[in-house]
Amino acid sequence: MGKHHQVFRNYRQEHALTKRRVVVAAIFVLLLVGVLMGRLFYLQVMEYELYQTKANDNRVMLVTEPPPRGLIYDRHGVVLADNRPIHSLTVIPERAARLAELKEALNPLVDITEEDWAEYESRLKEYRRPYQSITLKSQLSDEEWSRVSVDLYKLDGVQVEAQLTRYYPFGEAFAHAIGYVGRITAKDLERVDRMAYQGALFIGKTGVEEYYESTLFGKPGISKVEVNARGRIMSEIERQNPTPGKDLHLHMDARLQQYAYDLLGSYKGSVVAIDPDTGGVLAMVSKPGFDPNLFVRGISVNQYAELRDDKRLPLFNRALRGGYPPASTIKPFMGLAGLEYGFSSWTERYYARGYYQINPDGRRYRDWKRGGHGWIDLERSIIESVDTYYYQLAHKMGITPIHTFLSKFGYGQTSILDLNGASAGLLPSNEWKKARYKEPWYPGDSVNVGIGQGFMVATPIQIATANAALAARGHMYYPRMVETIDDATATFDDNDGVEHTITLKDQRNWERMVDAMEKVVTDSRGTARRLQGTEYDIAGKTGTGQVFSLADDQEYDADSLDKRLHDHALFIGFAPADQPKIAIFAIFENGGSSSKPADLSKALFDAYLYDEYPAEYDYFEDQGR
Amino acid sequence: MNMPFYERIIAFTNARLWRLTHVDILLLLALLILMTGGLSILYSASGQDIAMVERQVVRLSIGMVVCLILAQLPPKYMRRASPFLFIAIVGLLIGVLLFGVGAKGAQRWLQIPGGPRFQPSELMKIVMPMMVAWYFANRPLPPSLKEIVTVLVIIAVPSLMVAKQPDLGTALLVGVSGIFALFLAGIGWRYILGAAAAAPVAVYSLWHVMHDYQKQRVLTFLNPESDPLGSGWNIIQSKTAIGSGGLYGKGYLEGTQAQLNFLPESHTDFIIAVLAEEFGMVGCGLLMCAYLLVIARGLYIAANAEDNYARLLAGSITLTFFVYMFVNIGMVSGILPVVGVPLPLVSYGGTSIITIMATFGILMSIQTHKRAR
Repeated sequence: MGKHHQVFRNYRQEHALTKRRVVVAAIFVLLLVGVLMGRLFYLQVMEYELYQTKANDNRVMLVTEPPPRGLIYDRHGVVLADNRPIHSLTVIPERAARLAELKEALNPLVDITEEDWAEYESRLKEYRRPYQSITLKSQLSDEEWSRVSVDLYKLDGVQVEAQLTRYYPFGEAFAHAIGYVGRITAKDLERVDRMAYQGALFIGKTGVEEYYESTLFGKPGISKVEVNARGRIMSEIERQNPTPGKDLHLHMDARLQQYAYDLLGSYKGSVVAIDPDTGGVLAMVSKPGFDPNLFVRGISVNQYAELRDDKRLPLFNRALRGGYPPASTIKPFMGLAGLEYGFSSWTERYYARGYYQINPDGRRYRDWKRGGHGWIDLERSIIESVDTYYYQLAHKMGITPIHTFLSKFGYGQTSILDLNGASAGLLPSNEWKKARYKEPWYPGDSVNVGIGQGFMVATPIQIATANAALAARGHMYYPRMVETIDDATATFDDNDGVEHTITLKDQRNWERMVDAMEKVVTDSRGTARRLQGTEYDIAGKTGTGQVFSLADDQEYDADSLDKRLHDHALFIGFAPADQPKIAIFAIFENGGSSSKPADLSKALFDAYLYDEYPAEYDYFEDQGR
Repeated sequence: MNMPFYERIIAFTNARLWRLTHVDILLLLALLILMTGGLSILYSASGQDIAMVERQVVRLSIGMVVCLILAQLPPKYMRRASPFLFIAIVGLLIGVLLFGVGAKGAQRWLQIPGGPRFQPSELMKIVMPMMVAWYFANRPLPPSLKEIVTVLVIIAVPSLMVAKQPDLGTALLVGVSGIFALFLAGIGWRYILGAAAAAPVAVYSLWHVMHDYQKQRVLTFLNPESDPLGSGWNIIQSKTAIGSGGLYGKGYLEGTQAQLNFLPESHTDFIIAVLAEEFGMVGCGLLMCAYLLVIARGLYIAANAEDNYARLLAGSITLTFFVYMFVNIGMVSGILPVVGVPLPLVSYGGTSIITIMATFGILMSIQTHKRAR
């Protein structure tokens, strides 16, 4: 080789060339080392603070420990909303097998629905600290728990975590009043402090649970911990223990609530009992109810659809949102309004025929009694619930004084202090009708309102509140659920008023009206005379709310009508009449006759005033203090 | 005994003992400084796993033995063997492509029946500069265009075979070791500038032959934030480790990124980030000084070697060693894409320690077999 290279070679020159190249290379080496040092200078000096923060963010994690939720008690210390330990199945995706294998391993052990898996998959795609666990199923049955626990050692990344969850021992009778907690949704997080709810499973969704969320929730514990890249806690840097949520003590009497619910029988309806001395809600029933524990566990789509589509509307809170005609229960208030504005008096007599007409040949507004009541006065109009008396009274007054007077009792407003979602009902007025129908208020409209029908719509809580104000002789308390929070008396913002006194021109009219309502029971022709025979006095007023209007002269035949079209049966009452301890409103939807709510009310009076309940309610006694 | 200090050092390095044993004492000392520093970083990076440090000591010792044995072999024998070794290793690379074993979709090893398996591409790192140096040994420099093209083919064939395994990091090192020899041979600057101008075209065509995972690495390099928990994780965490170290570092064994395992591969490819976190920019500067000592000695040996073969080989070996370091620190600090290149003599494990030490053995041989002048 090399034989053909006969070129003259200058070895010195070649050596010099390579030497020069070595020097060039050395300069390049120094330049590139300079680039590296420059890069390090940029990262370590110029961007030092950014990366120091990043390193600390990596290392230090804030772990929030959800506080135990406050309990909810009734007035005797019966626990209505309890905390119980549950076991949740959680997965650390980085450690666990792939989804298909995980499904195969877990599905035979635990009942995990496709929705649970879908939820899990969507959580996987969200941003998450590596090695943070995702809840796959939030409530394992004892059976599932033991099955999984046995196999846990071969399920990498799968763990069972113990947490406290809500439990409602008395279920459906209390569901609408107490409400329930459910899984926190993205929407819930918009109205609370996200940081505080980290790690929390539940949030109050309805009822007392929702209104008092911040009180019941408490303050989460926060610990600053040092974690490694696998999310394992290496040491605790700082710790703040959780502050448990505060306990709520309700005015509610759990036995009364359950008893009222049971007494409604198979009817839909609502019962609201209020302590007139405090405005405290002793019972607030909406029937049918539902099992609130379903929502805590995470209700399935099918179960939810079943509740939602049920014709009896179990999810509908009738006590707060049910719009009913107050019917004849409005008459004592209408009578007081007439007295107040000089349109009626206790002495004036009125001939009550079977109907009332504004014009001699106009529409006939029929009385419930076909032949009429004959000569009556204001007191007797209450006792016998004379419709025509109130037709003419309302006609004479017109809507404006009616609106002004009934407003004082909370009609047309949401007056419940500590529950959200109540409906304002409808207390009509001139302005309302113009705005709503672009029509003036007709005298005929007043006539219907005179007996609590027509445009007027009220909710059970409204009628009960007005009833309690009447029982307290004009001292109107806005109704409230909670009596004390931990040991402190609950206070309410005075902005919209929490109580006020209704003063009549002649204050004696309160007593006379109550007398008249007592005679509804004691008088031989009183509409609630079936309630006679108690050792205490009951003041009451019956009502029958028309579900649809009958045409002129049409005969009313209760039996031939579909039950859904039966009149609503209503009753307001309080006892003892001279010093009321309890004021009740009850409505049986399509109950037909007002004897049902009257009987129910009497049973509740007996039970509450004598503290005597049927034997099956003894278990509440055992739960209480 | 009244000699000035520097003369004493020269006297020491020229001592008879070193000439007899063919040890270049300055290179040896520089390597020992680097290794000692590397072992202390490894102790921290391994989570204070002394057993891992011991295994590394064993590897470095084997490398040292290989180095000292090769130092005994006169360069002329190496030169004569160069083409045969080259052909043999190319043959082995063909064998890898045909019968290779490996993992994760890469075929890098050859199984010796009944024995261990080994990586022919590692050997190519040594043999490639030998081959190019041999080619120019008896040809006048600077090379002609025809010679340049011939050498480029010699470089390209094994490089592409290694890249095909696929092992981009090693292919890169094999390629540059040949290119460096070509550069030192005095290839004209117009060719160098021409190649620089053609680079974008090459990058573009390279993109189309790359594997998806290789493309992914490049994409991650360009925008690590696009997948912070997946492929971007490594580079984000290593930058965080380096940056949070600051000027003086967090202290030995105090690096949170490294000690809490946020830093992946902290004892292998990303070990420099541990140093940067715990000893800061100052620590990195000192480590680079240690590397520069080795490189400076290597370039000195190259510049003063006896013939073209030795000069080209020694220079290429030294510059390839530098490329190792530059690519590794560049990728860990986020200015180069993540290719699997270890930090030479510091990263844990790998056959690379043995091959690197073998090349230093060649350097020592070149320096110590010169005829006395």
